[in-house]
Amino acid sequence: MRSTKKLAATALAAALGVSALAACGGKDDAKTDGGTKSKTVTLVSHDSFAASDAVLKEFTAQTGYTVKVLKSGDAGAALNQEILTKGSPRGDVFFGVDNTLLSRALDNGIFTPYEAKGLAGVPADVQLDRAEHRVTPIDTGDICVNYDKKYFADKKLSPPQSFADLIKPEYKGLLVTENAATSSPGLGFLLASAAQYGDDGWQDYWKKLKDNGVKVVDGWEQAYNQEFSGSAGGRKAKGDRPLVVSYASSPPVEVLYAKPQPTEAPTGVATGTCFRQTEFAGLLKGAKNPDGGKALLDFLISKKFQEDMPLNMFVDPVLKDAKLPELFTKFGATVSQTHTVAPDKIAKNREQWVKTWSSLVLK
Amino acid sequence: MALPLAFFALFFAWPVAAIVGRGLRPDGGWQLGRLGEVLTEPDLQHVLWFTTWQALASTALTLLIALPGAYVFARLDFPGRDLLRAVVTVPFVLPTVVVGTAFLALVGRGGLLDELWGVRLDTTVWAILLAHVFFNYAVVVRTVGGLWAQLDPRQEEAARVLGASRLAAWRAVTLPALGPAVAAAALMVFLFTFTSFGVVQILGGPTFSTLEVEIYRQTAQLLDLPTAAVLTLVQFAAVGLILAVHARTVRRRESTLRLVDPALTARRPRGTGQWALLAGVLAVVAVLILLPLGVLVARSLDTPDGYGLDYFRSLQSAGEGGTFLVPPLEAVWNSVQYALAATAIALVVGGLAAAALARRGGRLVRGFDALLMLPLGVSAVTVGFGFLITLDKPPLDLRTSWILVPLAQALVGVPFVVRTMLPVLRAVDGRLREAAAVLGASPLRVWREVDLPLVRRALLIAAGFAFAVSLGEFGATVFIARPDRPTLPVAVARLLGRAGDLNYGQAMALSTILMVVCAAALLLLERARTDRTGEF
Repeated sequence: MRSTKKLAATALAAALGVSALAACGGKDDAKTDGGTKSKTVTLVSHDSFAASDAVLKEFTAQTGYTVKVLKSGDAGAALNQEILTKGSPRGDVFFGVDNTLLSRALDNGIFTPYEAKGLAGVPADVQLDRAEHRVTPIDTGDICVNYDKKYFADKKLSPPQSFADLIKPEYKGLLVTENAATSSPGLGFLLASAAQYGDDGWQDYWKKLKDNGVKVVDGWEQAYNQEFSGSAGGRKAKGDRPLVVSYASSPPVEVLYAKPQPTEAPTGVATGTCFRQTEFAGLLKGAKNPDGGKALLDFLISKKFQEDMPLNMFVDPVLKDAKLPELFTKFGATVSQTHTVAPDKIAKNREQWVKTWSSLVLK
Repeated sequence: MALPLAFFALFFAWPVAAIVGRGLRPDGGWQLGRLGEVLTEPDLQHVLWFTTWQALASTALTLLIALPGAYVFARLDFPGRDLLRAVVTVPFVLPTVVVGTAFLALVGRGGLLDELWGVRLDTTVWAILLAHVFFNYAVVVRTVGGLWAQLDPRQEEAARVLGASRLAAWRAVTLPALGPAVAAAALMVFLFTFTSFGVVQILGGPTFSTLEVEIYRQTAQLLDLPTAAVLTLVQFAAVGLILAVHARTVRRRESTLRLVDPALTARRPRGTGQWALLAGVLAVVAVLILLPLGVLVARSLDTPDGYGLDYFRSLQSAGEGGTFLVPPLEAVWNSVQYALAATAIALVVGGLAAAALARRGGRLVRGFDALLMLPLGVSAVTVGFGFLITLDKPPLDLRTSWILVPLAQALVGVPFVVRTMLPVLRAVDGRLREAAAVLGASPLRVWREVDLPLVRRALLIAAGFAFAVSLGEFGATVFIARPDRPTLPVAVARLLGRAGDLNYGQAMALSTILMVVCAAALLLLERARTDRTGEF
């Protein structure tokens, strides 16, 4: 009796396994390949890619193509996977290479040139590959120091605004940043300091920052959710650093995901510390559906997509006449002046700077 | 034997060899000069040194803290023992992203130690060592405790009757019997801590780095494939060495021991010594394991309007943020499906491998045994990137296929299946099979009537473990999981990658669910367990 029961249980478990297999398989088959291949366009991106369902459906209505999204790791890892699979890509369009890594993508020749329709509406200063159009700018974002409003109000101290402020004694031991070798905000912050203080001056600046007690952790998640006292996660984790390197859009995000929504963002942005990041997309060399890919690139800089982007990826649209959501205009910071470094200069110096930075700050 | 071999050749050896080859032969010619270059770089020597000594220290500390636990779980009978044994195993299968977060709450700022004595360990290597104890406690309790529970206490009693002191009897009888199991457990802990990734990344910050972390950085971030390839080879050599020693100790352990039903050896604690020991072990388990897990649960319930289930409820909808195309709760179902598929693959591959290993001996087979363990010591990013560049042509263009996830997860599950099944299969008396055959049973019938009833339990246990390990697998999955079908750990990582209260709360809630599912699977497994010769 007992053993029949067990046998039944084993059989059930096995059947479950099989049906799970069938379930996965069934779902998948409907979507891929076969005769319908040309109707699907595949977008490869990093984990932060997000778009609302309605907008993706709109694309299908306009063009007849269905978008399939493949996300693979953070921005660096996602790009590296494209480089490794060059010539035999997993998708048609890659989205998510930014100006810090642009040269790596272009040097490896993973993109086919295509001039997207509607590019005229995009400011020239973000079109970093204007001559060849291997990549199309899609969004910009600013990497800036964020501060915990409550901390500075309680201490009756005004929050820092610039790089020069961060090395003042009153802000000693308050800042947490990310490892420039492994994290893109970390790298952006390093590049911003290099833009501010010059090729030779930045090292001296970081020495002072180190003496002023800057803490370095590996990734944004840890810095923001563990160490930063102003974020929701940081408050729960009892974070004790009121300054963190994050994004200019982080304060609106804190508002959006709080319940009830506060009337004022709990965090602010030190607007003098920002590094301007521009993200690009491009048609992959060897794409199975180049026409669909081109249509998708056009769509990515269309008003529809551009206006949908801010609340999904928390970045700014590149299209001049795209309207920002109220959340951004109300709670976001206006960054008048940003630091940035030309891609070829980044390409030439990135590794050396990161190496120098590592031995300067981490050792 | 052919199927498991093919499986490993195709989904492990080939991808790993391809990615290493890409690094060392960028233009078709071997560039072995890189080997020396990389190995003499001071930064990397530092990494090697740190990797080794922290693994040694972690292993020593784990043994020190977990061996009393092994004794208590094996020999003392107390209410809630099975539940507790399942719970201490949960950390082992939880993704480190999640546990690192919870662990910081214990040893970090404002944590328990900080509040009690003002001790903060989050910036020291102690945090890493303690987290390693947290993760590997179960390895020692299960490996050593499993055997301890089956040692016949009458042997020790006999020695005492013959005049030996308690200590002398223990040293002469129990210790030698336990020795190989302790060594095997120590080597497993050493292997896991030597290849530690998440713990070091989260708790070590950028200053401490193990080989595995460095391979990840070089591959995923810097795309320095030559350096990554050399480091992979170094890790390979080290892991191979550890496994070779391990295989040796395991063989010694499987030799001649008189084993009895564990139910007969455990009894209620007697005397102040045993009670004190029990209390001590329970206190350690409470502080070191239950507390960090508790913190996780507490945070998942800690909403802005006081404690409640809001975050759990919010998991049912995709929300307006668009982090997911589907409600996060669906990740639970995805994970279960993937894990079931991975379990099925691991059972077939591991079961066949174990069957082949049990029947044959010889050096070649033993080498195969060690080979099956290798995936435990090879960086997930190496395997993931290897998949990308090898499985990209028909008929094996699997890069965008859902099957990739269970395949990668099964790689990690197979070693557990083999280690659980092998001792049981070896113990099946061959004469039973012969007798059945002589009486006219077909080979299938022999298997069904003789082998299956004997190994069914082991099979269930192996399935449970493969399932739990698959559920928690993060490293390889994150590279290949499809965005519309995120697994639980991937969903947690994605939520943690966003600002905002709701995202953080949902991440904690999903982690809690993962923890409960793992604990439930392991508890079921405890029920099925009677034979404890398996290693896990």
